[in-house]
Amino acid sequence: MNALPFVIAAYTAAALCIGGVLLWSWVSMRRAEKAADALRGERR
Amino acid sequence: MHRFANPARFLKLARPLTAATLALGFALTTAALWWGLFRAPPDYLQGESVRIMYLHVPTAWISMGAYLGLGITGIAVLVWKHPLAEVALEALAPVGAVYAGVCLLTGSIWGRPTWGTWWVWDGRLTSMLVLFFLYLGVVALAGAFDERSRGARAAAVLAIVGLVNLPIIKFSVEWWNTLHQPASITLKGSSIHPDMLYPLLTSAGGLGLLMAAAVLMRMRAIIAEQRIAARRARLAGDAA
Amino acid sequence: MKPKHQRLALAGAAVAALGVAAALALPALKDQAAYFYAPADVVAKGVTPGQAIRLGGLVEKGSIERSADGLTIHFRVTDRLETVPVAYTGIVPDLFREGQGMIADGRFDDGGTFRAETLLAKHDENYMPPEVAKAIERAEAAAKARPEK
Repeated sequence: MNALPFVIAAYTAAALCIGGVLLWSWVSMRRAEKAADALRGERR
Repeated sequence: MHRFANPARFLKLARPLTAATLALGFALTTAALWWGLFRAPPDYLQGESVRIMYLHVPTAWISMGAYLGLGITGIAVLVWKHPLAEVALEALAPVGAVYAGVCLLTGSIWGRPTWGTWWVWDGRLTSMLVLFFLYLGVVALAGAFDERSRGARAAAVLAIVGLVNLPIIKFSVEWWNTLHQPASITLKGSSIHPDMLYPLLTSAGGLGLLMAAAVLMRMRAIIAEQRIAARRARLAGDAA
Repeated sequence: MKPKHQRLALAGAAVAALGVAAALALPALKDQAAYFYAPADVVAKGVTPGQAIRLGGLVEKGSIERSADGLTIHFRVTDRLETVPVAYTGIVPDLFREGQGMIADGRFDDGGTFRAETLLAKHDENYMPPEVAKAIERAEAAAKARPEK
């Protein structure tokens, strides 16, 4: 059995999952911190 | 101990730490996977499919180690009632679930060419699937309550109870007959050739740093969301 | 006792109770949770012909024989205590080799041969490049050729 498709599938799945969780963490952090900063400015 | 539990102090530390873990994690992981994919030798029996090990084994280690952290965080939530411990619990669980999921996925993809099957219900595979569901359970419980800290306390109980699964995963291959092979790296040494062991350890370091980065970013997001909610509540109070 | 210490003691007691419960429950699971029977288990427990079981063990070196139709293979599975003959018809996994582990679902026929319906290869914990494996094989052959002291 040719192992290459399996290796490619495993690396693709892992890159999508771990890249996805990193991207989600990054985007949610940026959005929340920006909103928090904006709200702080509003009060002044 | 309490010095680091203050969110303001945490943020001061977390900002540079996020950038550092993210940059170093990306660099190490890229190097390790390139090493594993193109430089490391094929295995004498498995051939090229051994390269899946450089993802499967580190994610297994990290998701188990992270669960130990989740259990300890759970104890901190219940005993010391630190707000930061609640944030950490809520941040760690989804990232741990993704790592456990990657471990299961890559293991399944490795099993097809190696064993001849995608999945069997042996002790190791089943207990690892239980770990994945424990992570999902903690995520679900933490989000199931309107009041954030009540959700965190409920999730903490599950996280602590789930700790019992960790030795089961670890020793499943010794206690029971399993299709999964026993551990290659033990206190006595390693039955993995150095040419494969070094990229494996590098990958574990890189993927571990990436998890740390994701957890730090999640914690910062949750802290910011809490601040927004608190300020909104105060503004609403002022207006009334 | 401060409430914090009380909670700490409670959490500690809960973890301890959980550990004891698991330590008691796991040995009881030992038989049910076994994924397969080794040849020695089969002999000790006396499996009746026709009963569906899962058999696991090492493929004995030099025991694989292909039948004339080219699809059915016969081999012996051993756990170094007992050995049972196995027959299987179908495509075998890549890692199915002599000296390596395997796990098969099936049942014994009246002649005492295990008729396997599915066949899985079991991998061991050793990982090495092909050249290293060859070098070890050569060294072992050389050691065997040397007369014993």
